[in-house]
Amino acid sequence: MADLIFYIFAAFTAGSALAVVLTKNTVAAALALLLCLVGVAGIFVLLDAFLLAALMVFVYAGAVVALFLFIVMLLDVQGGVRKPFKKATIVSSVFAFILLLLGLASFAHKGVQTTGDLGAAAPVGATLKSYGEQLFTTYLLPVQIVGFLLLIAMLGVIVLSKKFEGLEDIK
Amino acid sequence: MFDFYFNLPLIVRLVVQAGAVILVLFPIAAACSMAERKISAWIQGRPGPNRTVPPFLAWVPVFVPFLQRLGVFQLAADGGKFVFKQDPVPGHVNKVYFILAPIIAMIPALSTIVVVPFGAYVDSAGKLVPIVLANLDIGLLAVFAVSSLGVYSVILAGWASNSKYSFLGGVRASAQLVSYELAMTLSVLPVFLWVNAPGGQGTLSLFDVVQLQSGVGLHWNSVWFIGYFPVSAFIFLVALFAETNRAPFDMPESESELVGGFHTEYGAFKWSLFFVAEYCHMVVGSGVFILLFLGGWNPLPGLPLTALVDLLHGVIPFATHPLFMGLLGIGIFIGKVILSIFFFMWVRWTLPRFRYDQVMDLGWTKLLPLSIANLVIYTLGIAGLALLQK
Repeated sequence: MADLIFYIFAAFTAGSALAVVLTKNTVAAALALLLCLVGVAGIFVLLDAFLLAALMVFVYAGAVVALFLFIVMLLDVQGGVRKPFKKATIVSSVFAFILLLLGLASFAHKGVQTTGDLGAAAPVGATLKSYGEQLFTTYLLPVQIVGFLLLIAMLGVIVLSKKFEGLEDIK
Repeated sequence: MFDFYFNLPLIVRLVVQAGAVILVLFPIAAACSMAERKISAWIQGRPGPNRTVPPFLAWVPVFVPFLQRLGVFQLAADGGKFVFKQDPVPGHVNKVYFILAPIIAMIPALSTIVVVPFGAYVDSAGKLVPIVLANLDIGLLAVFAVSSLGVYSVILAGWASNSKYSFLGGVRASAQLVSYELAMTLSVLPVFLWVNAPGGQGTLSLFDVVQLQSGVGLHWNSVWFIGYFPVSAFIFLVALFAETNRAPFDMPESESELVGGFHTEYGAFKWSLFFVAEYCHMVVGSGVFILLFLGGWNPLPGLPLTALVDLLHGVIPFATHPLFMGLLGIGIFIGKVILSIFFFMWVRWTLPRFRYDQVMDLGWTKLLPLSIANLVIYTLGIAGLALLQK
């Protein structure tokens, strides 16, 4: 049963992810992204990671895609003629593809659990409390780094969007 | 009978329960539209709808004229009209999204109720069990997550209608809903800091919040959370008005500026779906407010449902029966929800609409800093209490 649901969600996620890339209509692409995120949230639920699923829907599906749609509708972007790829784009996409293959290969090679029952091990993130404890003890440094990155992005947005008129504004 | 029910397969029971919840929620939401007309009439000193009566009932004395004056039959007439009248799709719209939008409106509106508990009963083991479709650990977060999807119906409706008034309504909705989500989420954090006091089991479940408001008599748990967290309750309520697009925050609609806002091009059944969805959001939203701040299914502060049932046990012998207790709890909860919806309507017909820049200003420069300050003060206070207890 759980396997079947997993396949349904996986196919749903992959299908809508393809639709994001392939569709010409930008609004349809944003909506397909929304479906894709909901599918990912569904897979998180299957993994008993309810918090991640809720955050996925709340932050990404609820707010980020809404802002995407907002921008897409405001600019009224139409799919036109695509510019030819730059050399840097081609090189980096080939590099990304090799990385992806390596990642998949490592999953296939190392990702198989041979010993012990997976269901018997107590999951780390099953309860909210263990999530919180892990985030503030074991994973404190990554959390701080991500927070710092977000701060940089926020400052960047403020600098880019604020109109500086005179020298006084900059000071 | 109970054994028969509990022996059914889980999936059958879940489908029956979900169907029952929707069968209650949907008519309440529909009846709200009638109540809205009657209450607005009462506030403005008009009689309101009081003429409609089905001809085959008109001969019944006293009772039917009473319902007629209440306008109950107007509800049936309105519902019938929405189903049977012509449902035009204007030629200039983007058809797929135009038809999709009202359907999308209904999905989050009806599915948020899944994690909202609306009653409780004592089972045979003497343990208090919530009446809820899914008592998730992340309760409130799931409500926020699913209800945040409600914005898409308004955005899509506005965009697909291909008319500038609809479009403005949709754009306003997306900005407004995203803005007030922040203040709303931050405003409930102090409540959960308190619920998850040091040493407790981490939870965001709404049932546990109500449990901490169920003290008997003079007890520190007897105070409903609106007493402990008045600022949180106020911010949550204001954000709730904004999130449900109710006046004075009905920016996406604002019929005096945008004709009808996002639903200008809609008519008949599709239009009514938007409204049922809005009322469903109101019902669920005020349900969450009641669970968080107004004691949930407990009738009075200091007199929780369990104590009330024990008191009633002296008068009515079957009062402690789980079925009676469950129905009593649900009744009290729905009563509170109805009072809260009356408050929603009262505000709508009393306050004038904000201007759009005022809405944004209130959200970002007043409510958001206020909720952050509220959070910091309560964090310090709760940490101080925890230190004192050590």
